[in-house]
Amino acid sequence: MPMSISASLRYAAPQAFYPLAGRLAPWFAAAAALAAAAGLYVAFFVAPTDAQQGEVYRIIFVHVPAAWMSMFIYVVMAFWAAIGLALNTRLSFMLAHALAPTGALFAFLALWTGAIWGKPTWGTWWVWDARLTSELILLFLYLGYVALNAAIDDPRRADRACALLALAGAVNVPVIYYSVQWWNTLHQGASVSLTRAPSMAGTMLTGMILMAAAFWMYSIAMALARVRCVILEREQESAWAEAQFGGELQARPV
Amino acid sequence: MSWASWSEFIAMGGQGAYVWSAFVMCAVALALEPWLLALRRRNIVGYLRNGARRD
Repeated sequence: MPMSISASLRYAAPQAFYPLAGRLAPWFAAAAALAAAAGLYVAFFVAPTDAQQGEVYRIIFVHVPAAWMSMFIYVVMAFWAAIGLALNTRLSFMLAHALAPTGALFAFLALWTGAIWGKPTWGTWWVWDARLTSELILLFLYLGYVALNAAIDDPRRADRACALLALAGAVNVPVIYYSVQWWNTLHQGASVSLTRAPSMAGTMLTGMILMAAAFWMYSIAMALARVRCVILEREQESAWAEAQFGGELQARPV
Repeated sequence: MSWASWSEFIAMGGQGAYVWSAFVMCAVALALEPWLLALRRRNIVGYLRNGARRD
């Protein structure tokens, strides 16, 4: 549908995307809250006790979705960085900037919940195995991205430097995903994969999918809210940004 | 999964400290981010609102 594609390209302008993001964000936030409520209900009141691990396995309902989101957000961030470099569209870089802190948050949560799960099941908070180490590198890539963006004053140069970092770091994502197959890790293999039937109870899978949906919707809501901040900060000298809040009207002498 | 009592739910089979510290950290982190974003937004919106004084 070429008509709708050209119509949607209108939103490639930050000024046009700003109100659209504002309209969409509350819906994604509401969807996140609903999915989280359903997911937590399944996680604590439907899913049975694990035969081997007892109740501590319930950490899976936040650990796995957080780990999934930390990798998925990185892929989306690298995608927008690549689009930005290829097409020189400012909004693409802004979207990448908006995703990085949320991705860092989920990488941190995956590591935190993993450490707490590791202590009672493996007997250690941390081990330098391939899965844990590559996930830690993912967190450092996110933090490096945010720091690099903050360190370069010229926003256009910061955009390009961050985009290159995001693209170079993208090689780490398949390393995380396949680390449990490529190396002998303490971390278990995937219980849910794209190619096999899941090796877990149906209600456990349902809870995990619901929590993953909640984190996904949350991430979109946060990215949209943050990109609105980024747009306003970048466009603060422009007339439309001030006009949003009456600044321009007051600035004109009567 | 039906819990016999509220205290049994909190105890999580004796592993409550692990389960709840994982879930509480997630709740705190996912509440902190929108709060920090609201502060960031208030900052830039306030700056734009005061455009008259700046000019």
